[in-house]
Amino acid sequence: MKFVLLWSDLLFFLLVAICIGGAWWAYRSPQLAASWRQVGASRSGVAAATVLVCFVLVALLDSVHYRERLPAQPGADAGATVQYAVEVKSALDALLSKQKTNTEKTYSAPLATHLFAKESRADGQGRDYPRLKFGGSHLADPALSEADVRERATFGLIAGLSIWGFLAFVIRRYAQPRAPWFAWNALIWTLAGIVVIVSVVLALMPYYHVFGTDKVGNDVLYLTLKSIRTALMIGTLTTLAMLPAALLLGILAGYKGGWIDDLIQYVYTVLNSIPGVLLIAAAILMMQVVIDAHPEWFATAAERADARLLSLCLIMGITSWTGLCRLLRAETLKLRELEFVQAARAFGVSGFSIMARHILPNVMHIVMISVVMDFSGLVLAEAVLSYVGIGVDPSTISFGTMINAARMELAREPMVWWSLISAFCFMFVLVLAANLFADVVRDAFDPRGRAA
Amino acid sequence: MLTYLIRRFLYALPILIGVNLLTFVLFFVVNTPDDMARMQLGAKRVTPEAIEKWKVERGYDKPLLWNAPAPGTDKVTNTIFFEKSLSMFAFEFGQADDGRDILNEIRTRMGPSLAIAIPVFILGLWSAISFALLLVFFRATYLDFAGVVLCVAMMSISSLFYIIGGQWLISKVWHLVPISGLGSGLDATRFLILPVVISVIGGLGGAARWYRTIFLEESNRDYVRTARAKGLSELAVLFRHVLKNAMIPILTGVVVVIPSLFLGSLLIESFFGIPGLGSYTIDAINAQDFAVVRAMVFIGSVLYIVGLWLTDISYTLVDPRIRLS
Repeated sequence: MKFVLLWSDLLFFLLVAICIGGAWWAYRSPQLAASWRQVGASRSGVAAATVLVCFVLVALLDSVHYRERLPAQPGADAGATVQYAVEVKSALDALLSKQKTNTEKTYSAPLATHLFAKESRADGQGRDYPRLKFGGSHLADPALSEADVRERATFGLIAGLSIWGFLAFVIRRYAQPRAPWFAWNALIWTLAGIVVIVSVVLALMPYYHVFGTDKVGNDVLYLTLKSIRTALMIGTLTTLAMLPAALLLGILAGYKGGWIDDLIQYVYTVLNSIPGVLLIAAAILMMQVVIDAHPEWFATAAERADARLLSLCLIMGITSWTGLCRLLRAETLKLRELEFVQAARAFGVSGFSIMARHILPNVMHIVMISVVMDFSGLVLAEAVLSYVGIGVDPSTISFGTMINAARMELAREPMVWWSLISAFCFMFVLVLAANLFADVVRDAFDPRGRAA
Repeated sequence: MLTYLIRRFLYALPILIGVNLLTFVLFFVVNTPDDMARMQLGAKRVTPEAIEKWKVERGYDKPLLWNAPAPGTDKVTNTIFFEKSLSMFAFEFGQADDGRDILNEIRTRMGPSLAIAIPVFILGLWSAISFALLLVFFRATYLDFAGVVLCVAMMSISSLFYIIGGQWLISKVWHLVPISGLGSGLDATRFLILPVVISVIGGLGGAARWYRTIFLEESNRDYVRTARAKGLSELAVLFRHVLKNAMIPILTGVVVVIPSLFLGSLLIESFFGIPGLGSYTIDAINAQDFAVVRAMVFIGSVLYIVGLWLTDISYTLVDPRIRLS
């Protein structure tokens, strides 16, 4: 086994590390800790954060990539170089290996034992729904599948409830007394939902396609879980890409004024005046040409798809930094005239240090708020861009590519609804959690909101 | 007033030049016409002659900025930059890859786009403001809370879901309106109802929540308290005082988009098969027709700048304290 570190993995791990570091920093600073305490005391904030953490965990699992070692050739001697598979897998693929490898021929409904479309029977006696290769294949008589599903689901439910009971007990007994201000109830009830759903799915997963299969027979549950990483990548890396430019230019324009201000304002008005989708389309088309022209840059297909994902993040970052930049400029203009900045200037502190030490910490709440507020919009935008054909690489599994592949299925008779519905449901939960969390964070960090 | 508008116009010119340069760099420098030709003619097995022929047909065979061997002013004018980029200021966009004139196409497609975009704009604004006023009227009650939750939930649903779900439910299950296409004359309304309703609903959540915050901020002001103190009914306070004063922040966000209504909606038009500018743009992106994309970028930024003007003018109309100078 050889670990592969894709660029997006690296950046994602970096981002998680920044978040953990930021949490530590906030813990040390009494003022920030107070704001976060307000987030922790809010029920919707805690519930949303719990859901988000689950999504992040799935994405982290999916970000540990490796290439499998191929079995040595029988004739080769022991000293021969080790060969690795071309396909890049992730830890999530390893956990879901049954889902990944056991593909069917085409559509099958959730928990089905038979294929969705009729086929000619092997014995030539008319047409029939063939049995699935994987779903319910452990049953001798497929008619029993309903009872089997019920039995397994009940088992999963009981197991889930007992795990949840144990967790709830531990939380109440040991964690709650230490931080009584925290909204533990919200955490416990959100966990109840998550643990029960996950354990029921886990109980059924080894024997059935829980969410059915798509047109080419891929397991829909596997596809949706893989999509989470793409969605989170786009939501977070785009922000990471735009932050340096927005921070630097916004503060510089506000603090220096004069021709620097004019120039920066000019640049962002130009970028702003182009409709976002068109700018992204133009840039992605160009990027596509560059990637196609240089196949030698990428060792595997995964790396090429990764490059496209990153370039999408970068381009979306370039089109979206203007909003934050304008906010930062306005705030810096205000801060520049305040006494503590004037005092620092009177002491002869250099412009750069004033910007870095005095202005930057005082605009961080704006950055924080706009980062969490942008996240949900970016996740939704990915689906739209993929539909337009300027999103992620078509081979990358994402909510957008799933919806795009599935959108004609509602017109089929009978209708194929499961892949669309699972993609939309996962996306809805993710975006809803992000929106709720963003609201709570804004309320906690926005000084205007605190006064009201 | 007039001098102000002229000054704004002169201020807009450098922005348009910037957009123009940006598209020029993106479409001709980052990618040479050779790359484009190779992409259009199909990847690998393409001969240099075919590329040359493709470039000559579209006028991409000239030098980028400076045509040294040409006589006189042709040194500047007989170049890609002059013919393809600068000519956009005169709204000469040339031909699309299918040989049709882009400007002509834009003119004919503007109608269907506006037929959807204008009702969506008016109905959307009206419904979002009414909904927000309703929530503010019942503020700090469970109804308000439920309304905000509804708004957040509606915001969290992908616009694709509204379109796909609406098409499926209304057209396929209930057979109320045709799924897609566009008729002529009055018949067109049958086709337009569904896309308009779906876009209004899709945009309602975010807009209503935003307006609600604006109204709430406004209804905490002193003059509102005075109005209540002198015995005005809550409805009169909301409509005569809060709504009027909240128009200023609402206008900032709304007037800018009015000119861009011409561009239509990418998603709605392509899902409902409406031959407007939105679906034109999507088709161009999918067919990688760079000339059309470039033209749309330029038109889009012109319309945005017009929107900025309109915003400035509308300020003076709603707020007498602001004067253009």
